[in-house]
Amino acid sequence: MSPVAQQFTEQNDTLNEASVRTDLIPIFIMGKKYDVPSTLTIQKAFEYAGYQLIRGCGCRGGICGACATVYRLPGSAKISVGLACQTVVQPNMYLTMIPFFPANRAVYNLDELEPDAQTILKYYPELAKCMGCNTCTKSCPMEIPVMEYISAALRGDIEQAAEISMSCVMCGICAARCPAELGQYNIGIMCRRITGKHIKPKAKHVGEMIERVNSGRYEEPLNKLVKSDIETLRKLYVERQMEPHTAPEEWTPDKKDYL
Amino acid sequence: MAYTADLLELIKKVEKTRPIRVARKKAGEEFRALTLDERKVRLEKYHPDYRAGALRELKIGPSKGYSVSQEIADQFEARSRIDPDKIDLNEVHYETDVLVIGGGGAGTAAALVAEQAGAKVIIATKLRHGDANTMMAEGGIQAATKSWKDSPYYHYLDVMGGGHFENDPLLVKTMVTEAPKTIGWLESLGCMFNKWPDGKMFTLHGAGTCRKRMHYAGDMTGAEIMRTLRDEARNRIKNIGVLEFSPAVELLLDEKGFCSGAVLYNLETEEYFLVKSKAVVMATGGSGRLHMRNFMTTNHYGATGDGLVMGYRMGIGVRFLHATQYHPTGAVFPEQAEGLLITEKVRGAGANLVNIDGEQFVFEREPRDIESASIIRECEKVGKGVPVPGQKDKYGVWLDSPMIDLLEGTGTVEREFPAKFILFKRYGIDISKLPMLIYPTLHYQNGGLEYQSDGSTNIPGFFVAGEVGGGVHGANRLMGNSLLDITVFGRLAGESAGKFVNQRSDIGKLSVEHVRQYHKEMESAGIVTERVSPMVLPDYANPEVKKRQWTTTYVGSLR
Repeated sequence: MSPVAQQFTEQNDTLNEASVRTDLIPIFIMGKKYDVPSTLTIQKAFEYAGYQLIRGCGCRGGICGACATVYRLPGSAKISVGLACQTVVQPNMYLTMIPFFPANRAVYNLDELEPDAQTILKYYPELAKCMGCNTCTKSCPMEIPVMEYISAALRGDIEQAAEISMSCVMCGICAARCPAELGQYNIGIMCRRITGKHIKPKAKHVGEMIERVNSGRYEEPLNKLVKSDIETLRKLYVERQMEPHTAPEEWTPDKKDYL
Repeated sequence: MAYTADLLELIKKVEKTRPIRVARKKAGEEFRALTLDERKVRLEKYHPDYRAGALRELKIGPSKGYSVSQEIADQFEARSRIDPDKIDLNEVHYETDVLVIGGGGAGTAAALVAEQAGAKVIIATKLRHGDANTMMAEGGIQAATKSWKDSPYYHYLDVMGGGHFENDPLLVKTMVTEAPKTIGWLESLGCMFNKWPDGKMFTLHGAGTCRKRMHYAGDMTGAEIMRTLRDEARNRIKNIGVLEFSPAVELLLDEKGFCSGAVLYNLETEEYFLVKSKAVVMATGGSGRLHMRNFMTTNHYGATGDGLVMGYRMGIGVRFLHATQYHPTGAVFPEQAEGLLITEKVRGAGANLVNIDGEQFVFEREPRDIESASIIRECEKVGKGVPVPGQKDKYGVWLDSPMIDLLEGTGTVEREFPAKFILFKRYGIDISKLPMLIYPTLHYQNGGLEYQSDGSTNIPGFFVAGEVGGGVHGANRLMGNSLLDITVFGRLAGESAGKFVNQRSDIGKLSVEHVRQYHKEMESAGIVTERVSPMVLPDYANPEVKKRQWTTTYVGSLR
């Protein structure tokens, strides 16, 4: 792109600047104009423009929450949100990444927590300031109804808060936009951990298996396998009975020697 | 970008054969799996690792003479970022008991357990805490927890078979016996595994498993584990400090030859600084961002094999590093999803792989290397790949996800694979009704640094955990064993490091003599290069722009 083109920081409704490549469109990274291929994600557009990303780049696959991005399109006051690695550029979008946000996070001892509303309010008293404006929900790139889980937490329905917030990538846009200054994503994970630890029943079979392992019942058979030559192992491998794909949970194998 | 008209037309062929394939599955009839001998031939003919020129013999270091991928050899045969003659080893910025290098699942598990043992811990990580491949692991975590049908014995056999019986037997034994404890530990930290109302955990098959033992949390199991471990580490902030955007670039020894810390690099201020510690846990993960043979990758931005380089320079040998895992199902359409992992659980749940004519050409639960080689064969040899729109000479095959709803009931795809469902919905593709176009993608570093069952190595004070280590998976890891590997060996390395700290009296004079020796060995081997390693970050900057970037102080990449 020409240095002259870079000087334009004003957002235009029309595609200007005839380029060598016909598929280039203008975008404004933090107010500065760059022409980038129209098929790129915002993340790849940054790199096309010449950035080496340090902050604002993680898994590049939409799950780590490193590349929270806010943008606005011409002719509208609406602030849109997206993950830079998942959002395709649009002509004249005005954008910035928010790679970090200093939301409040409580330090707690999970073992000691009671699964009720008082607990959440004790660690996050600002929860009570939620005014129900729904900005958090509107600003979630994962399309989570954020305000619903905040309301659930406030009601003491921690399990529901956990389930609604399950796909949260903790990118922090909700917290950045919240007028009541909540750190929703930190409240969400607290609810999920309380649910996983204190509300959902414990898996008994896991404890039982740990006891069997600790009793040493597998030591002998395993040590035999450790010492086996490849031919023996191949034979045992080929002969092992497969649990059918559609078998019910209670299915048991014919041979129970090494269970 | 939704499917093109051409692709929609081709999908009709998949839809035509689907009812028969579903009926067969319901009747318990599966596509014939390859025999062990057939597997061998398939690999040798079609797996990328076996292509001429894929590997190169190492000229220097503890595994001299061993062949690894060109891209890793380049990292090993490169100069350190530090100059042993100039570095001031008296200026120490941080001192701690245990330095954990890497803020992913293995590193964080190690930090938690070391802290539990009474150690002060610093986690040094390249990007943010939790920015790691752990976060991206989708499918699940294997463990034999259901004693009425499974045990570590069968888990052991599956792991060995997947790794072609070359795995380190003791590491495998450790992993499968520690597995149930690890699941219990994660549950006690509040990980939300999918459960029945009575608390029993859901488990599924993975490729190469004889029992359904893969535990999961939706299709974001790794993310659930990572954010839980990270959250717990944050609760222990008094004893676990985290240095973000501060990758390690070289290890420190003391005059007795004990590992005693590392040189870190502040990516933002471009300063190098020292951390002195009584023990080091190396948990930097894999190397997919080296893009072996120019393959696309599912890996995290920071996966550049740094720990391999640092460990190798210090004298730790490598094994199984010749074997790179190509995940069979990486998205190839739409373009913005390219390389993205489609969890193996989709096949575990019953989805077939089919070619352009809607024909099945491989059993969908073969081990990953066999499955990948079979897809490459179908596209390159048989010629029944589906052309990828807008990309010349690029092909894929169909992963028939709509079968899952037909097998398990409407809504299953959306419920079991929420993250992928939303992602594709954003592109205008409903994967409960339309198949996904996929091709193998670079996924995992099967091998790595040599270590023992307790995480220890031949350098006292130096411990290894997770993908940076090699041996437990042999030449091919099975699905669900990486999350298991990182948590089991992360915990063990943390425990061992904690114990080691208690026994170690003090740290002698710091030394980087090993780096000086390594440089000398390079010279004697006639390696003349301007390369420095570790790479730290891959370089995706536009080459046109790069020509105009005249200075070379930019991080991570070489100009």
